[in-house]
Amino acid sequence: MKLTLKVWRQKNNTDKGGFVSYPIDGISKDMSFLEMLDVLNEELSDKGEDPVHFDHDCREGICGMCSLFINGKPHGPQQTTTCQLHMRSFNDGDTITIEPWRAKAFPVVKDLVVDRSSFDRIIQAGGYVSVNTGGVPDANEIPIPKRIADEAFDAATCIGCGACVAACKNASAMLFVSAKISQLAMLPQGQVERKERAEKMIAQMDSEGFGACTNTGACSAECPKGISLTNIARMNREYFSAVVSSENV
Amino acid sequence: MDCLLAVPNVNLASVIENIRFTPILKNHMSWVTKTLSSTLGRKLIMALTGLFLILFLVGHVSGNLLLLKGDEGKSFNIYAEFMTTNPAVKLLSYLTYISVIGHVIYSIILTRKNKSARPIAYAETKASTNSSFSSRNMGILGTIILVFLMVHMQNFWYQMHWGDIPTVTYDGETYKDLFAVVSFSFQNELLVLGYVIAMGFLAFHLSHGFASAFQTLGLNHKKYSPAIETVGKIYCVVVPALFASMPLYIYFTS
Repeated sequence: MKLTLKVWRQKNNTDKGGFVSYPIDGISKDMSFLEMLDVLNEELSDKGEDPVHFDHDCREGICGMCSLFINGKPHGPQQTTTCQLHMRSFNDGDTITIEPWRAKAFPVVKDLVVDRSSFDRIIQAGGYVSVNTGGVPDANEIPIPKRIADEAFDAATCIGCGACVAACKNASAMLFVSAKISQLAMLPQGQVERKERAEKMIAQMDSEGFGACTNTGACSAECPKGISLTNIARMNREYFSAVVSSENV
Repeated sequence: MDCLLAVPNVNLASVIENIRFTPILKNHMSWVTKTLSSTLGRKLIMALTGLFLILFLVGHVSGNLLLLKGDEGKSFNIYAEFMTTNPAVKLLSYLTYISVIGHVIYSIILTRKNKSARPIAYAETKASTNSSFSSRNMGILGTIILVFLMVHMQNFWYQMHWGDIPTVTYDGETYKDLFAVVSFSFQNELLVLGYVIAMGFLAFHLSHGFASAFQTLGLNHKKYSPAIETVGKIYCVVVPALFASMPLYIYFTS
């Protein structure tokens, strides 16, 4: 395959940045998108140029580290992570536009790498359960109905990649935050901190500068894990019931 | 005063400050204001005012159907008189004004926040593949509806309250002849066209707004959401179509 890559290059956070076009040849349809970028970077390194910086880690679609806004969509044309996107999704001779996630809360570090630590701070604000230390508890010690376990697990499949924020016209983090609130709100282990969790995580989300939700559904449509909008409704219920009944005045 | 001056180093400003903002009052109010200024609290206001306006439109369209009764406006004029004088209706009308103003103000606050959340736009987006046109353009649709609303209120609401309009007598009672104002206004094809087009924009705004309001309130449930979506789809077509039929009917029958 012969392609033209229109890649966002930006030296650092304060640099203005801009697109640079790279012609690339000899790409196999079976390569993943990241392997294709590896080929480009090999060539750039050989020429003594600065390679294109991008985030990646497991390359198995489970870690949430890869990103990239490809041809107008987060993680490209397929509803998957960029590492699981293959070049067979493109045609020979295509021009592919590659941009970083665009959000105030995700500042560009370099080229296509953005700082997603705002997500970490939201988790730190309440996306956890406090557990007693000690021996490993016995299996099935706390009975949880299968339906609840499945629903909580569906929410828990969120890998925190930020595609929801990238896809949203408001750069809203509601799908991410709602998945993280939901996975704990449904389980018995999450009950102790339930109200405080909803209040604190949403306060943190707001202070990070994410937008509000217009219920367009773009986040869920682009989410590589298919996190459902029902989580956002649940988060709203959690939040409204928490603020009217919690001890925090 | 003597007593106060007798105490050394009394800062009068701090005394007043303490009276005005007693800790009790401060604590009792802060969670409300804090909630309503969070993104979810602001969305709650959008949803509640929006749903109230959806209810208002049902009342408005049902009452106005009297225009089509063909009794030269008698029942419409009596109804208009009732709507401007009845105390319960007055209360509802104030709630409607508050809802319109609240819906507009909070949409501006939210839109500003949403715009600031993405300071640098994408060079290329394929938003049409993941969301509906209406959902992405609620602000623009709403702005057009607001412009229409101002024209509409000048046309009839202002005339009914403060305008110099003719009167009619039914059974010895004098009524303002709002029907005559409406009939005269809709002789103008530009106004009729404007009204019909505005109802088109309203339909698109409602096609997203109806179900979206329930989602914001957290009312998303396997049992009820399909019904909410269906009612929303019927509502967003039927109500604007009925509204649009009135100027068309008057224009083509007079």
